[in-house]
Amino acid sequence: MIPITWYLLLSAVLFLIGVLGFFLKRNIIALLLSVEIMLNAVNLTFVAFSSQQSQISGQIFVFFVLVVAAAEAAVGLALVIAMFRNRESLNVDRSNLLKW
Amino acid sequence: MIQLLFIFFAALAVGSAINVLIQKHVLYSALSLILMLTAMSVLFILLRADFLAVINVIVYAGAIMVLFTFVIMLLNLPADEDGADRLRWLKFIGIPLGLFLLFLIAVTLWNVEPLRTAQTPMVGSPQAIGKSLFNDYLLPFEATSLLILIALVGAVVFAKKDL
Repeated sequence: MIPITWYLLLSAVLFLIGVLGFFLKRNIIALLLSVEIMLNAVNLTFVAFSSQQSQISGQIFVFFVLVVAAAEAAVGLALVIAMFRNRESLNVDRSNLLKW
Repeated sequence: MIQLLFIFFAALAVGSAINVLIQKHVLYSALSLILMLTAMSVLFILLRADFLAVINVIVYAGAIMVLFTFVIMLLNLPADEDGADRLRWLKFIGIPLGLFLLFLIAVTLWNVEPLRTAQTPMVGSPQAIGKSLFNDYLLPFEATSLLILIALVGAVVFAKKDL
C-alpha cells in the first residue's frame, strides 16, 4: 500500500511545474498546456483523498474538473485562433494593448 | 511491486511534465503532455479509480489534446522565438521562489495528521460513479451541460472571423 503522502507530494511537484511553466513560458498555447498540468495535479489530489477516505465524492469532482477543462480548452483555443489572426504571433508579450 | 510501479510512473509524469516546459516547439510540448496524462491514468488505476483512468485517457488524451494538436498544426507555428529578454533575469528570482513554494507545500503535507483510513477498499467503478452522479450530484451534472453549451457558443463566437 502506497502512503497517501507520496501522492500528495507528487501532486505538489506537478502543480509547481505547472505554475513555473505558466510564469516562464511566453507562448500562449504553452500557457494553456501548463494550466492542464495544474488541473491534473489537482485531480490526483482529489483521487488520492477519495481513495483513502473511501468516498466517491472526490472522483465525482474530478469528473467535473474534466468537464471544465474541456470547456476551457475549447474557449482558450478559440481565443488563440482569434489572437493569431489579428497579430500573427502567439507571444503573450506582444499583446500588451490592455496593459497600463 | 506496487511501490515500484508508483515510482516509475510518478517519475514518468514528472519527467514528461518538465519536458513540456523545456521543449522549444509547442507541438512537442503537447505530445509530452499526452505522455504525462497516460502516466496519470496508471496512477489512477493504482488508486482503484478505474473509471476515471479510462475517462482520463479518452477525454483528456483523446479529445482535449487532439484539439490542442489540431490548433497547433492549423496555425503552423514557427518554433518558439525567445523574445523574453526583459524577463530573463526574473528566472533567477522565480526558480528559487518556486522551490521555496514547493518546500512550504512539502512541509505542510508531511505534517498532515494521518486521516481515517479506508475500512473497505473502494473501487471507483462506473456503476458507483453513475449512482452518485445521478442521485446526489444531479443538479451540478445538469449545470455542466449548460456550461458546455455556453463554451460551445463562446468558442464559435471567438473563432468567427467577423461577427
